[in-house]
Amino acid sequence: MSDSFKFEIVNPEKIIFSSDVKMVTLPSFEGEMGILKGHVPIITFLRPGIITAEVEVKKFEEFFVQDGIIEYFNDNLVILSASVENVKSLSKEFLDDLNKNIQDELLKKDITDNDRYILNHKLDAIKDIRV
Amino acid sequence: MPSLDDLKKRISSVKSTQKITKAMKMVAAAKLRRAQDSAEKGRPFSEKMNNIILNLSNSITDKENASKFLVGTGKNNVHLCVVITADRGLCGGFNTNICKKAKNYFEQILKEGKTLKIFTVGSKGHDQLKRVYGNKIIEKKNFKGYKKITYKEAEEIGNKIIKLFNESQFDVCKIFYNKFKNVITQIPQAQQIIPIENLKNDEKEKSDNFYEFEPEENEILDNLLPRNISTQIFKAFLENAASEQGSRMTAMDNATRNAGDLVDKLTITYNRSRQASITKELIEIISGAESL
Repeated sequence: MSDSFKFEIVNPEKIIFSSDVKMVTLPSFEGEMGILKGHVPIITFLRPGIITAEVEVKKFEEFFVQDGIIEYFNDNLVILSASVENVKSLSKEFLDDLNKNIQDELLKKDITDNDRYILNHKLDAIKDIRV
Repeated sequence: MPSLDDLKKRISSVKSTQKITKAMKMVAAAKLRRAQDSAEKGRPFSEKMNNIILNLSNSITDKENASKFLVGTGKNNVHLCVVITADRGLCGGFNTNICKKAKNYFEQILKEGKTLKIFTVGSKGHDQLKRVYGNKIIEKKNFKGYKKITYKEAEEIGNKIIKLFNESQFDVCKIFYNKFKNVITQIPQAQQIIPIENLKNDEKEKSDNFYEFEPEENEILDNLLPRNISTQIFKAFLENAASEQGSRMTAMDNATRNAGDLVDKLTITYNRSRQASITKELIEIISGAESL
């Protein structure tokens, strides 16, 4: 397995996911980013979206994140996030609630462009999960 | 000399106290394992967060515009102290040790003529501090009725602190909590969270200017540092929870042992006075018979 690297998702309470993976696609703040082994060391933060990790060929794990920070160093990819869930474990109620909250937030007048950008991405991610 | 009845009552009362302390010890031991477990599980997050911040702050070139959370406000006049204690007593010196540490620091600050503001988390700390420093306490919060303290609660407190900081209510922020070393040792800690200090040195440190950042370093720091405050507070919560249970376990173990000693002593006194009264009665009977 020379083309795989170590990938960890950590939240403040525990390590959620830890495994060797072939490729990870993640929603970085400035756009989607695919990471393969040998990527240049990088630190960046995430916008809401879905992280896809290819554990083995054609076998994927998906995680929904609302924010977080990533570090890639020495073939180790670490994602730190307080709001990360495995897509499989998301319930319909959770998504409905979140959806409603976002709609309410978007209607507020005093939100900044940055907030709006993040909220819209959240909406898109929720739509993607539902499909 | 107390009567036999009194002694008997006393013994049974001490015995039932012993039962309570023993039960509390068992409960604390069970909870301790869980608290220790979650403290250990929570460590990677804060360690990795520290690493990233360290790497970032090393590679910052534009120090003037760096986040205020990193470099401070440039002043050192108003200190905010966040004292994190438990909501329950009967855990030995746990709460008192934190308060003692905090009070020492308060005195030092006041002596230097600086302004002190206190934020108490947990009701025991508030009770101990309100007598002397009542007018300095600007915020208080406790978690009575919460089954488990999660990251959400830490975030809530973190956001409050950040809000106060953005309103320029203070220049330096310190948190006080107990660090869990082992079941019998807990070390009261004072940790400065704004501006950040004492970042652990790691071997990765040598690799300066090696990372690629997206977006700019300062922008990432602006986003990351407020989050780090909640992380540090959550870490303090976890350490505190483990320390509280450890401290309670030791305290209750001592109490159980002391109660056992007391029961032994009282039983001896009880037997002696029982024997004495029997002897006295016998003497009375014998001397009565002799006089006939």
